[in-house]
Amino acid sequence: MEETISTTASKLGVFRSGLTLTSIGFEREAINEALEYLENKEFPTTREEAWKYTRLSKLSNTSFSGNIQPLLKSIPSVHNDSFRFVFENGTLTERSSEIATSIKEVSSEKLIGIKSEPQLFEALNLAYAEDGLFIEIPNKTIVQKPIELIQVSNNNKATNLRHIIRLGDFAEAEITLVYASEEKSNGFLNVVSDIVLGKGSKLTIHKLQLENGTDFHFSRENAKQDKDSTLTINTLTLSGNLVRNDVNVKVAGQNAETNLNGAYILKNNQLVDNHTVVDHLVAHCQSNELYKGVLYDKSTAVFNGKVFVRPDAQKINAFQSNANVLMSDDANVNSKPELEIYADDVKCSHGSTTGQLDESAIFYLRARGLSEKSAKSLLVSAFISDVLNKIKNQEVLDFIQSVLNKEHDWDFEA
Amino acid sequence: MANYTEDDLAKDLQSQEYKFGFVTDIETDTVPVGLNEDIIKLISSKKNEPEWLLKYRLDAFKIWKDMIEPEWAHVNYQKPDFQAIAYYSAPKQTKKYESWDDVDPEMKETMKKLGISLEEQQRLTGVAVDFVMDSVSVATSFKEKLKELGIIFCSFSDAVQEHPDLVKKYMGSVVPTTDNFYAALNSAVFTDGSFCYIPKGVRCPMELSTYFRINAGGTGQFERTLVVADEGSYVSYLEGCTAPQRDENQLHAAVVELIALENAEIKYSTVQNWYPGDKEGKGGVFNFVTKRGICERNAKISWTQVETGSAVTWKYPSCILKGENSIGEFYSVAVTNNFQQADTGTKMVHLGKNTKSTIISKGISAGKSQNSYRGLVQIHKNANNARNFSQCDSLLMTDQCGAHTFPYIECKNPTAKIEHEATTSKIGEDQLFYCMQRGISEEKAISLIVNGYCKEVLNQLPMEFAVEAQKLLAISLEGSVG
Repeated sequence: MEETISTTASKLGVFRSGLTLTSIGFEREAINEALEYLENKEFPTTREEAWKYTRLSKLSNTSFSGNIQPLLKSIPSVHNDSFRFVFENGTLTERSSEIATSIKEVSSEKLIGIKSEPQLFEALNLAYAEDGLFIEIPNKTIVQKPIELIQVSNNNKATNLRHIIRLGDFAEAEITLVYASEEKSNGFLNVVSDIVLGKGSKLTIHKLQLENGTDFHFSRENAKQDKDSTLTINTLTLSGNLVRNDVNVKVAGQNAETNLNGAYILKNNQLVDNHTVVDHLVAHCQSNELYKGVLYDKSTAVFNGKVFVRPDAQKINAFQSNANVLMSDDANVNSKPELEIYADDVKCSHGSTTGQLDESAIFYLRARGLSEKSAKSLLVSAFISDVLNKIKNQEVLDFIQSVLNKEHDWDFEA
Repeated sequence: MANYTEDDLAKDLQSQEYKFGFVTDIETDTVPVGLNEDIIKLISSKKNEPEWLLKYRLDAFKIWKDMIEPEWAHVNYQKPDFQAIAYYSAPKQTKKYESWDDVDPEMKETMKKLGISLEEQQRLTGVAVDFVMDSVSVATSFKEKLKELGIIFCSFSDAVQEHPDLVKKYMGSVVPTTDNFYAALNSAVFTDGSFCYIPKGVRCPMELSTYFRINAGGTGQFERTLVVADEGSYVSYLEGCTAPQRDENQLHAAVVELIALENAEIKYSTVQNWYPGDKEGKGGVFNFVTKRGICERNAKISWTQVETGSAVTWKYPSCILKGENSIGEFYSVAVTNNFQQADTGTKMVHLGKNTKSTIISKGISAGKSQNSYRGLVQIHKNANNARNFSQCDSLLMTDQCGAHTFPYIECKNPTAKIEHEATTSKIGEDQLFYCMQRGISEEKAISLIVNGYCKEVLNQLPMEFAVEAQKLLAISLEGSVG
């Protein structure tokens, strides 16, 4: 497939010229639509509301050579027993074929209806997706083991991955996504997951981000829920140079439940931007959102949560909370919880707090012999525990703990 | 009325007509329709303005020409044609009145309908009223008493003539001409407004108040208010608006600047009841106002607003907390009905150490209206120990209205403490049940709950103003607020 990019002078044009058009069997029309959208577009600037606090100038000025370095470290593993898939630098190298296949091997009939929203990174993803997983859980099937999807990079390459996750009626599954990169990695990773939940189905996703390189990471979940379904997405950003998470949930069936939890613990110049949209299209639903963050050094966090309640979507309970602790003079937080309500019989609320650790609590712990450092770590871990307590899988929790201990040198003994 | 339900209330709200819709028949002196440098020069010469002010206007006009109308607000309206507006209209009698008896009886009648009988106010309440009838002030009272204390309270045009140094020093210092589209427009074409200066250490003994009324058809009002509180002084300033009923949309783009120097305190209260349009959403005033205050060390600015009118409201009274220990407050009740749209809130910019801000915003939407809170809390790097508390509640009265919250919270200092919370709901059935179970009729119960809901803000209004505010709230929510 060939294409010409007319606007090679633009930065996005240059960026696109380094990409190869997707060979996945999406509808030709959808791909054309995405390409048309990208035509004459530029990377978003902070003048655009959705990117108000996240500068992409560094990304637009980076050229990606496509170089791939061999992985030096062992590939992380969260679960002892799981359906395990590994993407090394965007290539599927390990798979448990009984549960899912590469999206490249999926017949195009199964990909009918997959389109991109008019959003730059989503359109890029559709037009240039290299690979991805296609997970389809049949009706009334409960997946016994967690599905573990690990993406490790050590490259200077732009990678687009597209996952499709479909749960049939009354199906249940738990998916752990791990994004890791090595110190020297400085690539671009753009992952979009299309998630569809059937009636009465239950899906839990743990998204663990622990990239050590200077990568640009964009990750997006587009979910649609049918009635009586439960969706839980836990987003944990433990490390990452520039991380943008977009969680978009359309609640299209009554009596559905949506839980979005997030924690971010950042240091140095790291930046994480969490955007969530919960769109209540129908009545009698419940959504909960809890995002907590700790910011060290010169790190920056952005939270933008949006709850829509559409006309006639009555009896909605929607809660949204964002709390931040700033640990240094140079840390930065921008929080924007939003409500847009068009129905009257609803209970919607949101809260946002920003502050620092309580001096008297630190004093209390120090008086009991803890060093300042461990006193602070203990309080920070207590602060984050609200979010971690929502995670029911012990293996995931242990993994998070071990990463945090390593990344932030947490030690409660000394 | 024992079976008065929320649905009935909603119906009442929808059928509520504008009560202050009347046009006073006074000859007015209007400049030709349109906006260009000649019009600005004409306005300036009509007002006998000094050269520097004309230059200020022309500079602002140049800036405005290159600006585009902001579109980010959550409102939808037919944009006004700025060339179809007459930018100046003044009651014909330019002669100042010698005594109260000389005042046009028609105008007296207007004031009576508004509930401001000047004689009575002079005698009983101790409120000095600077009544602005379409841009030129026609009656000023209590001037003598204020003069004794050194307080200057006059129309903006008088201030330009009599206190040019003060005006020149402070005008545009908080809201520069480049600030936004409407502020630039106002800077170019403003006709009149109020000016107030409180000298060092003086506590203004009475509430200063100005009533604005839009009158002549097709004239936008471009008011300019400047309040300067010198070191250690205190002033409470009241502003109230009602407008006659009219079919075409009228534009109101005011600029209000408050300057609180060291240890000073300004309390600025507004009751706004411009014509909101009829039940079909036809007509109504566009209220695009820029209000901002700056606080020096230990100073305090408190905004209180009761917004019941206007077809479209775009208004963010803000505080720049520049000095250490300064305090900013914002208390707001915004009621929208029928097809009204409001996008209102505040900005609290913390620059100095130990600065504090409180935001209490209560929105009530009824009919098919859209009511949004949009606010910014910004803690800058040097604002150690800054403190903010925000609470934004929305009450939905019908299933066709909307209530939205868009808070922006930006923090660059780790010692700051920021709290924001917002809720959206309708009147709780359990609350209603609780009241009714104790023998309170449903109507009374709704009134009780709505009253209690707004109490936090209404309590902030000065005594003299509370009556007027309650009157307007009662008109907007008749049948529920007693």
